[in-house]
Amino acid sequence: MLNKLFPPKKITLPNGKIVLQNRSFIPYIVLFLVLCTLLSANFTGFSFKVLIDRIDEFFIIVKAMIPPNWGYISKVWKPLLDTIKMSLLGSLLGALLALPIAVAAASNITKSKVITVVSKTLLSILRTLPTLVTALIATFIFGLGPTAGAVAILLFTVSYVGKLLYEQIETVDMGAFEAMQSIGMTRIQAFRYAVIPQVLPSYISTSLYCFEGNVRYAAILGYVGAGGIGLLIQEGLGWRDYQAVGLLILVLIITVYIIERVSEHFRKKLI
Amino acid sequence: MNHIEKQLSAAPRNLLYVAVISMMVAALFVWSLTAVNVQNIGQGGLSIAKNILYGLTHPNMDMLLNFSKQSILYLLLETIAIAFLGTIVGAILAIPLAFLAASNIMPKPVSWLTRLLLIVIRTVPALVYGLMFIRVTGTGAFAGVLTVGLTSIGMLAKLYVDAIEELDTRVLESMTSVGCTTFEKIRFGIVPQLFSIFLSVIIYRFDMNMREASILGLVGAGGIGAPLIFAMRGYKWDEVGAILIGLVILILLIEFMSNYLRAKLVRGE
Repeated sequence: MLNKLFPPKKITLPNGKIVLQNRSFIPYIVLFLVLCTLLSANFTGFSFKVLIDRIDEFFIIVKAMIPPNWGYISKVWKPLLDTIKMSLLGSLLGALLALPIAVAAASNITKSKVITVVSKTLLSILRTLPTLVTALIATFIFGLGPTAGAVAILLFTVSYVGKLLYEQIETVDMGAFEAMQSIGMTRIQAFRYAVIPQVLPSYISTSLYCFEGNVRYAAILGYVGAGGIGLLIQEGLGWRDYQAVGLLILVLIITVYIIERVSEHFRKKLI
Repeated sequence: MNHIEKQLSAAPRNLLYVAVISMMVAALFVWSLTAVNVQNIGQGGLSIAKNILYGLTHPNMDMLLNFSKQSILYLLLETIAIAFLGTIVGAILAIPLAFLAASNIMPKPVSWLTRLLLIVIRTVPALVYGLMFIRVTGTGAFAGVLTVGLTSIGMLAKLYVDAIEELDTRVLESMTSVGCTTFEKIRFGIVPQLFSIFLSVIIYRFDMNMREASILGLVGAGGIGAPLIFAMRGYKWDEVGAILIGLVILILLIEFMSNYLRAKLVRGE
């Protein structure tokens, strides 16, 4: 249809043959993007003048964080461990819970169309809710503290691992599954011996990857009262105790780096 | 012993390894259980849960459907604008950093230092940047744009680097051999290889930034987050329901579009 609106360019070759070259839409796309950028800049009040005049405020805060206040470290351990526990618990339970939901959402294993569509929709909606919002709702139900954070992380993990897992299951080689059914295994047995070995490495790898990300998320959940190191960060920024914030960020970076390294080691082994 | 049994017995036995890892995971699980405390979910929690469910199923339609400055449509538009402009800022700033971090172009110390910087940028939580930028620009959407831009740099640059390190340099060699200038080599040798990957990464990041921008309001950096948290703190669950429904529909739409565009880019149309 687009070719009818913008007729392709005709090029006559030296031997008299006519070839058609499709029009490029890149100029229009670029124009559209520039227009969008200008509109959003206008809408959000973006101004280079303010940025240039006042950006040093940002670096003043960064400078105030260095050197970090090492005396503060005795207060950091418990919230830090809480953060790790929260993300560990949420990721573990979430990954386990994702398994049945992913099976229910995989259209080659579950024959009922209603169940697959409902599970897929559930996973998409869960995924769109920002973790901080779920954490905030969870604090109303489970009270302030790491429990709410663990619940929020659990929900996010279910949606993330669940989506990637059902996509894996749907692309699995079904030959082995059918062969096992044909020699008299039940569907569950066939699933256990034909599908699980194919998806298990990527399932564990996805879960580990999700855990890595969850440690980062867990660090801010304290901001809404869901436990962990976020509460200290909020306090430090609120009281302008930037040296403490510097230490918290440093500790967080080291923790995340170590966890990433360990998880990367295992993920490389799996693939 | 027939052929199949031989194959079976030849399979590697790493039972001990699996057992040790499982034990470790189980131990970690028990350890992490000490963080949760289920005593204080009392009657209060349950009734609140009921209220939330009621609010989500009976949203405040009035708020959802008008066009004033406090309406959800206006706030969602602001959130999109923050995410869009932030993505553009981040995408542009990430390009030089990515070339500095690519180990096949830059000397080792430079690329290592840039990578360290990227890890630091990526790990600092977005809300911390938000609070810092508010000191620069005052509360409002502008602080949100800067925050989204800065947080995007970390991931964008990392994915750019992967693309740059996989560049096919044989193309450049053959272009040198036919006498192309440096500019021509960049324009026809490097840009076509990177452009579609970069674009696909940027679109993916825009999708993520929508979520990021929707929570920045919690610290006063514009977007839909602030009204959401006010409605929650005030227990106005019908407003919370309306805002969440608007947000979920918008994010699903953008995700759908982003998947469609990226699939097209990968197929190379």
